[in-house]
Amino acid sequence: MEMKTDLKKLPNLKNVGKGSLIKDVVRNPMSYLLVLPAVLYTFIFGYLTIPYMVIAFQKFNFRTGILNSKWIGFKNFEFFFKSTSAATVTWNTLRLNFLFILFTTIFSVSLAILLNEIKNKWFVKITQSTFLFPHFISWVVASYIIYTLFSYNYGIVNKILVYFSIEPVSWYMTPKPWTSILVGMKVWQATGMSVVIYLAAITGIDGSMYEAATIDGANRWHQIRFITIPLIMPTVAILTLLSIGKIMYGDFGMIYAIIGDNGILYPKADVIDTYVFRALRLSGDPAQAMAVGLFQSAVGFVLVYVTNRIVKKKFSEGALF
Amino acid sequence: MKKTGFFNIINYSLITLFSLFCALPLVLLLMVSLTDEKSIIKNGYQFLPEKFSLEAYRMIFTGGHDIFNSYLVTIFITVAGTLAAVMITSMAAYTLANKSVKHRDTLSLFFFFTMVFNGGIVPWYIICMKLGLRNNILALLIPSLLFNPFNLFLVRNYMKSIPDSLRESALIDGAGDLRIAFQIYMPLSTPVLAAVSLFYGLAYWNNWWNAIMLVDKSNLYPLQYFLLKLKSELSMLTDLQGSSAVLSTITMPTESLKMATAIITIGPIILLYPFLQRYFVKGLMIGSIKG
Repeated sequence: MEMKTDLKKLPNLKNVGKGSLIKDVVRNPMSYLLVLPAVLYTFIFGYLTIPYMVIAFQKFNFRTGILNSKWIGFKNFEFFFKSTSAATVTWNTLRLNFLFILFTTIFSVSLAILLNEIKNKWFVKITQSTFLFPHFISWVVASYIIYTLFSYNYGIVNKILVYFSIEPVSWYMTPKPWTSILVGMKVWQATGMSVVIYLAAITGIDGSMYEAATIDGANRWHQIRFITIPLIMPTVAILTLLSIGKIMYGDFGMIYAIIGDNGILYPKADVIDTYVFRALRLSGDPAQAMAVGLFQSAVGFVLVYVTNRIVKKKFSEGALF
Repeated sequence: MKKTGFFNIINYSLITLFSLFCALPLVLLLMVSLTDEKSIIKNGYQFLPEKFSLEAYRMIFTGGHDIFNSYLVTIFITVAGTLAAVMITSMAAYTLANKSVKHRDTLSLFFFFTMVFNGGIVPWYIICMKLGLRNNILALLIPSLLFNPFNLFLVRNYMKSIPDSLRESALIDGAGDLRIAFQIYMPLSTPVLAAVSLFYGLAYWNNWWNAIMLVDKSNLYPLQYFLLKLKSELSMLTDLQGSSAVLSTITMPTESLKMATAIITIGPIILLYPFLQRYFVKGLMIGSIKG
């Protein structure tokens, strides 16, 4: 008889999934209480944002609110797409993100492969720490670093140019070189983290493969080419695909901290996110900003969905996630 | 064997080169902050200052009320925010890992969806306004920082690996879910919670988005936002100084002051870096390897 009472307290695992939500809450009141704060937060800052997307189609005004603002269809979108900014910021966002992905991947995969070949554990540890450190630096601080490099009067780069008798450049007034500068900064900041991930993937490769290859006479370079690289391709593909999924979303923190309100550099550096930011804060027309945001979210969502499906389908057995 | 030696040299060189690429910019920042201002005006920024000076740091520590205030703000929101965030996240993770909760997968989907689809910054801003999250400390604590579904799944996956028998025997002993969560699951999840604390902590420390969108009272400026404003304000000052016909006899340490402020903003991260790095990497591993 005692056993029966004990067994009653064990969780009932028979009917999973089915049954009403209310029954579940009644049966697990404390668990639902525990998850409540997270649910509230996600509801307020996640789901509640969705209805507000309609203001993209309104002549929205904070005072009149959603219910009383006039509907103007696609006029807000028209305004954006007719302006020259639309092409510029969209192209900048896509181009910069693409280059970010490309160069970060190239550098981090190469460095991971190289690091894997190093026998000295201390060297690996120290260099990994060094690679990773920029990741912890905020973009605001990083923008100061860029300033120490590219300041017209005091910057290191101009000093080097002058040393070689080259005319110093007013970097903050010249849009053209900023693609390269931004890519360089992104590589500086993001490579470390990726190296850690790829190195973990490489370490996961079965050691016996390398032994067999050595017996067959393959040298280190052969082993890298025919074992390491093919076997980490799934990981590279997954991470790259996931990054491509987010290609419509610019790195606001990075761009705004570095470029700020310097309009001269906008042609090369302004991305959708900074454009929306200015539209919201400066122009005082949230509907316009929302229209651009909606455009970004719509295209972005399609990309995220498609790339995630591809990852799921082709790499369900993938090394990560 | 010669080939292996050659390979090694190239290998070490390339890796060291990239390490320098990562480290030198920060070293430069530090060096400029320690340079005498007149030396900067004469020589520009240098890796090895012509003349050292702690003047910038002295100015910060004695005169700077604003920066001291910003430091306090940042420390407060980092500590309070991280504690709250980890609490909320681990509580929710327990529920999602709890096999008794039949709808835990529905809940997981509920959280996951917002990671992929979201209204964006405009609705976010409107909602913050409507909630009165403006020019107060809550505006710096709650929006966009207090909870991250990514961290939620990290903790959940870890908790899933805790044997159910533990919970079952606790239930038999008469414990409820609350006790089980706080006295069993959370202590057992220390590794992943440490990592998640670091993720949240770093996010709070480096955040300036909330400030730029929701705050314009200077006594509420977190460190990063203070630093951001400093950059534009001081360049205005320098321009004004430069245009004056009379040379100022007091050389305001503007350049070194800026850099010193930047160094201070990195502050604790440098000191805590060994721990940060270890747990960060651990956290990544826990998240990546399927439980």
